[in-house]
Amino acid sequence: MDFSIIDWQPIWITLKLAVITVSVLLLIGTPVAWWLAHTPSRARVWVEAVVALPLVLPPTVLGFYLLIALGANGVIGGPFQSVTGSSLAFSFAGLVIASTLYSFPFVVQPLQGAFEAAGKTYLEAAWSLRASKWDAFFSVASPMAVRGYLTATVLGFAHTVGEFGVVLMVGGNIPGKTKVVSIAIYDHVEALEYSQAHWLSGGLLLFSFIVLLIVYAFNRRLPVHVS
Amino acid sequence: MSTIQSRFRIQYKQFHLDTELEFPDEGVTVVFGRSGSGKTTLLRCLAGLERSPTGYMRFGDSVWQDESQNKFVPVHRRPIGMVFQEARLFPHLTVRDNLNYGYRRITPDHRKITFGQVADLMDLHPLLERRPQKLSGGEQQRVAIGRALLTSPRLLLLDEPLANLDAQRKQDILPFLIRLRKEMKLPIVYVTHSLGEVLQLVDTLILLQEGKSVATGPANEVLSRLDLAGKTGPSTVGSVLTTTVAGHEAEFGLTRVQYRDQSLYIPEQPLEVGSPLRVHLLAQDISIALGKSETPTSVLNLLPATILEIGPTDPKGSSVNLKLDVGEPILATITRKSLAHLKLKPGMQVYATVKAVKMVHEIEGY
Repeated sequence: MDFSIIDWQPIWITLKLAVITVSVLLLIGTPVAWWLAHTPSRARVWVEAVVALPLVLPPTVLGFYLLIALGANGVIGGPFQSVTGSSLAFSFAGLVIASTLYSFPFVVQPLQGAFEAAGKTYLEAAWSLRASKWDAFFSVASPMAVRGYLTATVLGFAHTVGEFGVVLMVGGNIPGKTKVVSIAIYDHVEALEYSQAHWLSGGLLLFSFIVLLIVYAFNRRLPVHVS
Repeated sequence: MSTIQSRFRIQYKQFHLDTELEFPDEGVTVVFGRSGSGKTTLLRCLAGLERSPTGYMRFGDSVWQDESQNKFVPVHRRPIGMVFQEARLFPHLTVRDNLNYGYRRITPDHRKITFGQVADLMDLHPLLERRPQKLSGGEQQRVAIGRALLTSPRLLLLDEPLANLDAQRKQDILPFLIRLRKEMKLPIVYVTHSLGEVLQLVDTLILLQEGKSVATGPANEVLSRLDLAGKTGPSTVGSVLTTTVAGHEAEFGLTRVQYRDQSLYIPEQPLEVGSPLRVHLLAQDISIALGKSETPTSVLNLLPATILEIGPTDPKGSSVNLKLDVGEPILATITRKSLAHLKLKPGMQVYATVKAVKMVHEIEGY
């Protein structure tokens, strides 16, 4: 078997992108999901609709707007460039921003569902037992939402690994920088390099299946059952 | 004597609470009312889980809420223990970790009760390593009470802790509550819609109706007030007597209890001589005789009484309530016809015959 024909670089970039994106998503997604689960505000439905937009928009539409926003004259790219001197568009950092937005609903929705299922009742019990709001969040709400976190992590990770349109538009296709597996496969097929395409596609397929298998098996064994 | 003082006004769409209260910060204070009367909201206000925009609350010397000074002590800084209707045990923790949750969060010098003491008091040792989901409803409530006690609270708030339990489980929990009242010097506020369930516990009674408190005071005083008789429903109109077990007549299945210098026969109770026991005398079970009958009767309980007050008569109804002094104030319900026939007047010396004495647990309702 000749492994030398596999181009490892896109694989590492893809994994790096997915890990960083999921970390950022969990960090940002948790407070958003928490707010959506508990706010009585009328603004909630508006925020929910915005969060869900990437689910229905064609990736090219999102990619197009992101490209403009991240560009040298864009609302994000402009200030970034004047501070750091480098461009966000066609960079790895730009890719992280794009992936974060694109996978946002896949992380926020499971978390919101988990927080809503646990409700406020257990938090009240924790407060009455001397736990501050932060303490109650970390010692009661988040452990009770552990299934939600697992689902959010896996979906966010898998969705980032699987994206194509947005990364192509925002990241370009720069080998060693922004070229991820899905784009590498596309390139191989274009160049009629079917055996390389087979290796990458088969690998991605196997990887995705194993991850899902582990998650479903693990999910059944988790002790928390909240009706 | 120091007190708990509160003033809460909360306006929701379907419901409002508007109460001003002052009650002793010792013993068991029962907040009694129908569902929707605002009793749970009142308890949540006391706990700090609801915030009345103009509210005020003082516990002994410490003010926990005074909106005029913009002061509001958040829940987790109040030295309270709260037990909810549904036990709300944390499902991701074992019973032991549930019990330790609050205990670990108070500084060691504030711990007035140990894990072992609580486990003994609530009989929790066999449950410690189990998950809350695997416990029966009664066991869950015992853990919830234990968990609250382990924060060494200065005020214990109970929100219908027996409401979700069947009659048998209620019987299982009640002795623990009675033990709690006896062994810990801890003021308790107990919300319920079932007076029978708390008759052995209650010291002070707060009667809540449509968001307003209609009466506050020592339980027997409130229960024997004629103007409130119609408001508590026929199955609870009556009085509570605090008695002592004086002896048993096992061959007849009777127990004799004493209060002041009077005694009453009640169905036999599994209690030692000298034990305190509260009995509930339902007004509908008490009738009046003008003198001790010359002819033998089957009535065992005959108490000399003075008529204190005659309640308002409803021209459409057939009955009327009387307030009698039998050493303690009690109520009796008789027919208007008897009232006229016997020419009863306040101040008259009569005899009250007690047909039955309801024990706690038997009366449900309102």
